[in-house]
Amino acid sequence: MNEDTLVKVENVSKKFCRTLKRSLLYCVQDVFGEITRRGQGQTPLRPGEFWAINDVSFELKRGECLGLIGPNGAGKSTILKLLNGLIKPDRGSITVSGRVGALIELGAGFNPILTGRENIYINGSVLGFSKREIDERIDEIINFAEISNFIDTPVQNYSSGMKVRLGFAVASQMNPDLLVIDEVLAVGDVGFRAKCYNRIAELMKHSAVILVTHSIPHVDRYCNRVLLMDKGQGVEDTFRDGKDKGEVIQAYYNLFSKEVGTVTVKEGNSLLGFKVLNPDGHETAQIVHGEELRVHIKAEVDPAFHSAVAHLAFHNRELQVVATCSSQVVSCDEGSLELSVNIAPFNLNPADYKISLIVFDEKKQHHLIWGNAMWDIKVAGELVNYGGAAICFNGSWSQQDHDAEGASNVSV
Amino acid sequence: MPNPPLKEVVYTPDSLLLRPRDLCRSMMTDLLSSRGLAWRLLMRNITAQYRQSMLGYLWAFLPPLFTMLVWVFLNNQKVINIEDPGMPYPVFVLTGTILWQTFVDAINSPLKIVNESKGLLTKVNFPREALILAGLGEVLFNFVIRAVLLIGLFFWFNLAVPVTLPLALPGVLALIALGLMFGVLLTPLGVLYSDVGRGIMIFTQIWFFLTPVIYPMPKTGIAAILAQFNPVTPVLITIRDWLILGASSQIIGFWLVTVGAIIFLLLGWLLYRLSMPHLIARMSA
Repeated sequence: MNEDTLVKVENVSKKFCRTLKRSLLYCVQDVFGEITRRGQGQTPLRPGEFWAINDVSFELKRGECLGLIGPNGAGKSTILKLLNGLIKPDRGSITVSGRVGALIELGAGFNPILTGRENIYINGSVLGFSKREIDERIDEIINFAEISNFIDTPVQNYSSGMKVRLGFAVASQMNPDLLVIDEVLAVGDVGFRAKCYNRIAELMKHSAVILVTHSIPHVDRYCNRVLLMDKGQGVEDTFRDGKDKGEVIQAYYNLFSKEVGTVTVKEGNSLLGFKVLNPDGHETAQIVHGEELRVHIKAEVDPAFHSAVAHLAFHNRELQVVATCSSQVVSCDEGSLELSVNIAPFNLNPADYKISLIVFDEKKQHHLIWGNAMWDIKVAGELVNYGGAAICFNGSWSQQDHDAEGASNVSV
Repeated sequence: MPNPPLKEVVYTPDSLLLRPRDLCRSMMTDLLSSRGLAWRLLMRNITAQYRQSMLGYLWAFLPPLFTMLVWVFLNNQKVINIEDPGMPYPVFVLTGTILWQTFVDAINSPLKIVNESKGLLTKVNFPREALILAGLGEVLFNFVIRAVLLIGLFFWFNLAVPVTLPLALPGVLALIALGLMFGVLLTPLGVLYSDVGRGIMIFTQIWFFLTPVIYPMPKTGIAAILAQFNPVTPVLITIRDWLILGASSQIIGFWLVTVGAIIFLLLGWLLYRLSMPHLIARMSA
């Protein structure tokens, strides 16, 4: 194994059983196989079993951060358990060098009746610290968790956020060669989360990291490699397939792209047409960054409302609204509403977006029509998109002439 | 500065028994490295158990005390007819029930602590021996507390202390080893099937009556045969004899059972280790 390669996962498979009764019986068989030294590796699938992990391979070097993404039940957490040595693979092999630190469960071993201080020692011992090591670090842990006022209070009186703080403060004292993180960080308040990410970034400098998450912005920001898993298999990998991160992330989104939009209307209203057109006037699902985008809406509106406002919302792939466009108040005494809008230049950054439509009454008290994710639009273009931002300002930059300014050096 | 070479671990589907030397070495290192954690878990369990209680440690005294009182009452009223055990009956019953309770605690301890620690086992890789050791510690702790009761009774009846008294402590350890052996061997199956836990509960109750705990060794009949083949009999009787009478009548049986218990306890430890990854795969995360 290469000196810097800390993890080597080779053709690893793991099978699980769908029904509990059989699963327990197979467990007895597996233990028996272990005793009779047959192992369970070569056995084929037994009735009711399936491959929860199927032929997954990857390697990781120090300094690398692998983002493990995929839909629920893809086998991501199982991979982490295999890496952590909690369960055995059914095929293949896993080689891990150095210490493994897992940010999988924060506050493992906490007892609610005992105080925060006592629980630091328990949690620390579970994570492999000696008493002396905890003695040395306890002040730092308490300060990091920012709970010094409550440190001698039973943990059962802590808020859930405080428990997580304490758990993270202990776990982050580890100095592992391989750091395994499973989504635990999506908790706590904004301030603490920022602190956690800084601490993780620090730990990352000295270790190989595997991050399991559903938050693609985090993958984008922290990971230099991405492995997409689906139904137990590694389907796309920046490493093996030579793809860039964006392509793998795109493949992840494509897994969900079959979702179609839904329209909800108030009684007496209906949406008759919704079209997105390119500059040539054709319906389109793709547009080049900076070109003109036209949206055409045709609807039937309850004349009792007299007037209405149309509102377009542009969602990114995380379904956050990144841009909006509202119409003026338009009359609808006739009961019909036909509107179009030209957006030029359409300067959302290259990525995939969904467009939603909301038609309000004039006072915006009633949603007459709510069309969620009505249209998928892909923006093409060559822009550098750092951190997945939705908009790139079209600023005018100027360079200062040093000679003219004399000695006025600006240091940043 | 060159870094020391990193410790490399390889996980494969192969049985760990194919590399017995590695297995033995990792069992020993894990046992040694689990002491700190075991102590911590033991402290956690004991403090948490008694902190939320007003009577506190008194709860450890009460069950054997009341059991003793019930049997003494029944015996005094001639509801049951128990042969003279050669020592004051209250002392006889109390030593018997304390020893029996310690034995049953030792049987239940491994399964109980593994079931309670499922959340930990599925998330963190720590030396699994720590759980068994922490459970063992709790069994010993409870025994020591109850032994205080026994000392009180010794003074009450003004009993002479025999020279064999110090032997009773290793005797108790042998009894615990016997119980722990059953417990550890049953743990893998018990984690999977709740039948095992329930079975242990009922079976130990029946076993209590078939063991000379509240009555002396029967001399005739089926009860005598059952008592003879009951592995607890020689150990329990020997400890009680060492505590109160001095000489023991069952010393050979005591040693046979003790050696057997230690051998099977080691095998149980091996089984526990081999089965753990498979059990964890079946535990809910």
